[in-house]
Amino acid sequence: MANGILIRSKVSGGETLVRTSMKHPMETGLRKDQKTGKKIPPHFIQVAKFEHNGKVVFTANLGPAVSKNPYVSFKFKGGNKGDTIKVSWVDNKGKSASNEDKIR
Amino acid sequence: MKRRLFLKGTLAGGAIAVAASAGLLIPTTVLAAWPKSAFDAKKVDDAINALAGTTSTTSSGKVKINAPEIAEVSAEVRITVDVEMDNVESISIIVENNPSPFTAHFEIPAGTLGYVSTRVKMAKTSNVIALVKSGGKLYSAQKEVKVTVGGCGG
Repeated sequence: MANGILIRSKVSGGETLVRTSMKHPMETGLRKDQKTGKKIPPHFIQVAKFEHNGKVVFTANLGPAVSKNPYVSFKFKGGNKGDTIKVSWVDNKGKSASNEDKIR
Repeated sequence: MKRRLFLKGTLAGGAIAVAASAGLLIPTTVLAAWPKSAFDAKKVDDAINALAGTTSTTSSGKVKINAPEIAEVSAEVRITVDVEMDNVESISIIVENNPSPFTAHFEIPAGTLGYVSTRVKMAKTSNVIALVKSGGKLYSAQKEVKVTVGGCGG
């Protein structure tokens, strides 16, 4: 959890449901710092990629209006218990993080 | 006093330059597809046009939006889009009355279902629009979500 990415994947009826949440402030750039009154610059995840055993199965292009600590879930056909789901993101400041977990 | 202002100005300018150069360091391969002009658009039609090159969409009952009638926490409104079509290529979520309506764009390769669930911020009561590309055509659906307490804060 050091990278703040949580992954939960489950197979049922030949489909895998992947649920993820990624720790990130998702600043819109419209909010003001209450102490200084200055605008807090935008800081948000732009692209999150989701891979199943090394193959991209979903790509999320996010804007700053996605909630703080973005939650994304999707479904793909196939997948087996023990397969690897990898999540990696990059934000508008060029920072990135990734994590992987097995399908349960 | 003036000198102080000048210093402040240069410092701020410096910060912008640093931010810009940091932006340039983002691997272009990762961000190549991020539809900046759609995200920057201030109107729904401009956003759709920036993304798809057209604003003509077909309203479809096969595009289902699951969202609350009334959002109690406007900073976290759960939106689920479920598309009962094969070959869905992408799903976009647009919040009509947000300052920048285009909220998220999901790319769906073959083998992945036309389904996504996420949480979005809503500035005020608004239609939530799901824009779906399937078989090269654009489909849409919309649903109104009432926001009782305003604020796009986090």
